[in-house]
Amino acid sequence: MAMLDAAEAGQSALLIAPTGGGKTLAGFLPSLIQLHAQRSEGLHTLYISPLKALAVDIARNLTAPAEEMGLDLRIETRTGDTPANRRARQRQNPPQILLTTPESLTLLLSLPDANEMFAGLQCVVIDEIHALAGTKRGDQLALCLSRLSALAPSMRRVGLSATVAHPRALAAWCAKDADPDSVRIVQESGGASPDLSVMLPAGRLPWGGHMGLSSMPEVYERLKEAGVTIVFVNTRAQSELCFQALWRLNEDNLPIALHHGSLTIEQRRKVEAAMAAGKLRAVVATASLDLGIDWGAVDQVIQVGAPKGVARLLQRVGRANHRMDEPSRAILVPANRFEVIECRAAIEAVAAHEVDGDPPRPGGLDVLAQHILAMACHAPFFPDDLFREVTGAAPYAALTRQDFEDTLRFVEDGGYALSGYERFRRLFRDYQGMVHVRGPQVARQLRMNLGTIVELPLLKVRMRGGPMLGEVEEWFISTLEPGDNFIFAGQVVKYERLDPTAVIVSRGGEGEPRVPAYGGSRMPLTTFLARRVREILSHPEQWRGLPASVREWLAMQRHRSEMPPQEGLLIEVFPRGSRWFMVAYCFEGRLAHQTLGMLVTKRMERLGMAPMGFLGTDYVLATWSAFEPTNPERLFEEDLLGEELEEWIAESSMLRRTFRNIATIAGLLEKNHPGQEKSGRQMTMSSDLIYDVLRKHEPDHILLRATRAEAAGGLTDVSRISTLLARASGQIRVRRLEAVSPLAVPALIEEGREWVSGSAEDALLAEATALVDEATEGEESFTGQLGLEAISGPLPQPSRREARPRRSRFARQRAG
Amino acid sequence: MISAPFHLAGERLLLDPSGALFWPSRHLLVVSDLHLEKGSHFASRGRFVPPYDTRETLARLAPLIRRYTPERIVFLGDSFHDADGAARMHATDRSTLMHLLGNRHITWVLGNHDPVAPDDLPGDAVPEYRDGPLVFRHEGVPTREAGFELSGHFHPKASLPTRCGPVTRPCFLADARRVMLPAFGAFTGGLDITSQPIAALFPRGGRAFLLGKDRLHSAAVGPMRHLAAAQSTGSVNRMADAPLHSL
Repeated sequence: MAMLDAAEAGQSALLIAPTGGGKTLAGFLPSLIQLHAQRSEGLHTLYISPLKALAVDIARNLTAPAEEMGLDLRIETRTGDTPANRRARQRQNPPQILLTTPESLTLLLSLPDANEMFAGLQCVVIDEIHALAGTKRGDQLALCLSRLSALAPSMRRVGLSATVAHPRALAAWCAKDADPDSVRIVQESGGASPDLSVMLPAGRLPWGGHMGLSSMPEVYERLKEAGVTIVFVNTRAQSELCFQALWRLNEDNLPIALHHGSLTIEQRRKVEAAMAAGKLRAVVATASLDLGIDWGAVDQVIQVGAPKGVARLLQRVGRANHRMDEPSRAILVPANRFEVIECRAAIEAVAAHEVDGDPPRPGGLDVLAQHILAMACHAPFFPDDLFREVTGAAPYAALTRQDFEDTLRFVEDGGYALSGYERFRRLFRDYQGMVHVRGPQVARQLRMNLGTIVELPLLKVRMRGGPMLGEVEEWFISTLEPGDNFIFAGQVVKYERLDPTAVIVSRGGEGEPRVPAYGGSRMPLTTFLARRVREILSHPEQWRGLPASVREWLAMQRHRSEMPPQEGLLIEVFPRGSRWFMVAYCFEGRLAHQTLGMLVTKRMERLGMAPMGFLGTDYVLATWSAFEPTNPERLFEEDLLGEELEEWIAESSMLRRTFRNIATIAGLLEKNHPGQEKSGRQMTMSSDLIYDVLRKHEPDHILLRATRAEAAGGLTDVSRISTLLARASGQIRVRRLEAVSPLAVPALIEEGREWVSGSAEDALLAEATALVDEATEGEESFTGQLGLEAISGPLPQPSRREARPRRSRFARQRAG
Repeated sequence: MISAPFHLAGERLLLDPSGALFWPSRHLLVVSDLHLEKGSHFASRGRFVPPYDTRETLARLAPLIRRYTPERIVFLGDSFHDADGAARMHATDRSTLMHLLGNRHITWVLGNHDPVAPDDLPGDAVPEYRDGPLVFRHEGVPTREAGFELSGHFHPKASLPTRCGPVTRPCFLADARRVMLPAFGAFTGGLDITSQPIAALFPRGGRAFLLGKDRLHSAAVGPMRHLAAAQSTGSVNRMADAPLHSL
């Protein structure tokens, strides 16, 4: 009802409600009523969803009530899959209600006739707004909304969101001119609290690992008892393994399906349709099912592995039982002992009605660059007007004119201090100062590269003589030899060969299969949950409620090493796999640990320890180096902050990765298109070359500024580090261990490793060649023939597999 | 910087960790695949990559010329990224290059990217250059008639296993008959030496010299006949013309 009031007043609105509860319909209802009262021609309401499938599904669900109301109107979707003839018709004669995605909307707005198409627009509905705000897709959408408001001044905005920690910030995001007070916030209370429980395996709870496979017998029992279950997991690799494990147990032949983002769209649609038709008892799914289609009758949700965040947990739990009056049922299945504590922390947070999440961050200049070019493709503009429009979008409200001008110049001709590219410029200004595009090829290029999702290079996987199965990341295939097995799309397949368009596999094969890991599958624990975990750990009296195996594990940590003290800092040092590991239990959250990792490895480099990489989890900072970090107290002294930091950070893999994404979105690098001959590994390499050259010759270039700004959001305030160092000072406890400690195990298998580009590589190369020299005393059959003089000795010919690059230094973060 | 001596056809050559090669008895410096003006080539197609690649490549060349004071410089092909590259050079870069070339003998071996003599620059442009027992050409010739050969073209790189996993670097690749030079340009990627086109030139293996910070790291490379024979199908390094057309 509040939504209708807002509509009548012509006011924008933000509806915040738990998953389910008919949010989407509530968003549309005012439009349907208006259209009922007064039939209008032309586009009336635009609906934007982060998922193509959702747009398609909503269109279907909307048609029924519209027909019941006796409305004579057209409801259509427009996505990347819409056929060309329908697109053309939609432009000439738009439907009253159009459902689309942020990318398709950007494309529409870049067309010359966009002003005609959107001039009469009354309302825009943005679904799952919490999943868009604060991301680059969200930046893009916010800019498009600002443009829509310019084209259709009377348009209202309706945002639909799940429960969030920062409703006001989200309202500002949703608002015209970023004014949260112009938006009516309608907050639905949660209905019944979800019913959450923890389930442990009958056998021993594993130490490490996050797949949760040992709990599959219990999970299977639950599937048998319930009608329809979604088994949520955290990574695609985990989904493949759990799916296999469940089918091995599946004596009753229950219909169990698999759903994750790397399967082909057709396959996913098939699973979704079967689910909606009630033909399935269970789906093993990743975040690919977090958002989207409402299936009604899901009886329970099982979360395998720790939920990693309260908001995410609530979203997933909400997938079960979309009725407001009954509690959603969900079972948490921790995969290891540490996750038991995480699950407990999450359940406590849900009970206390606390939601985590960060407010949306400022918009990226790379997205702005793409937007400027798109707007120029639509029509010539005055920079003043566009600046005003852009700063009307919340993520860009604080954009300086200087940054805007520099971004505009970048779009024109690269904006480099060194002249020379003027003759290649994409934009030119007329005598009035209006900005035009130079020719139709510019628009063509823009359309090829539109969008803000930079995928890791993927290869299609095809069954020999059979159907396409989905996609895997290219680097994974580069680690395989023909004949190797891996698990994909729920079956064991054998790698046959790589043809120009796809990876060809056949069924079956011998030996232990591997599981493709995906770089995009990282799921960091929120800082908020980390705090609760720390609390439980540091209060032994709270351990009583924990399962015996977990208490045992914590006791083991006391025995082998010690518990991290409440004050001060515990550091463990141990050798493993021919490297030295150091684990510092700082409990400062991932961002702080990232920054600290850079500082500490910098000092390790100076002290000759040859650091190779580090990992900042929410609990610990772990480093690994070629040589032993002796007296690690030195690495945490307070004067750490005096080091020459900037240069070091600029060298980091994190900055390189950020630059690659920014350069791609801003249009400097070509986006990866499937089937194109340019492979992503080369793109990674080249973006590094460009980064190094640009950093040396024009460190203040707009793209480097954008890179630093974006990375700064991923690093923490240095002042927090100094507080930590001050607190630890004089209270550092160092334990030199023979092997990894019980507490460190779960931390060390987390994702998100960073690599250090210091002297370690050269030291290792020198060591490798010298070692072989020693072993063979410099003798080798063809040295004489080659006429080698005093060069270091030979190395036995490595097998091809060993010789294969583990990926270039800069792409290695995916290995984590 | 410690260079590594290497003998080819009885001639003593120095491999420099920067990727250049010096022939002391002839006072001759060789560099390959500079791909100058690659940046502006991309800019002409609407990709405004930084215009500093030429400047950077020349800045790497300058200390080599100071150190070895060569009488002759042989550019082993693909010196410019495309035929118009030399004409696009920034005035500052052009004068830097002219200064570096000085009054030395300059030989531009022609490559696939720059099949014509560079515009308005001193020196001779030749399909291949011979001096004593050595032949300098852009792309290596697989037959025995190749002679004792110095070549570039493929941008070789290699991975050396270390106790903490393989490390990949651009490299020289050499056997008793030929030396292949790494690409010298700032914007040049690499092609793994185990990929078919390179393996075809080194069927019996050879020795790789990986570029290090201030020295080379050398390792023997076993026979690569099986790789040379294998057509692109089995290989995971989709080599094709990778280093030639990619950024």
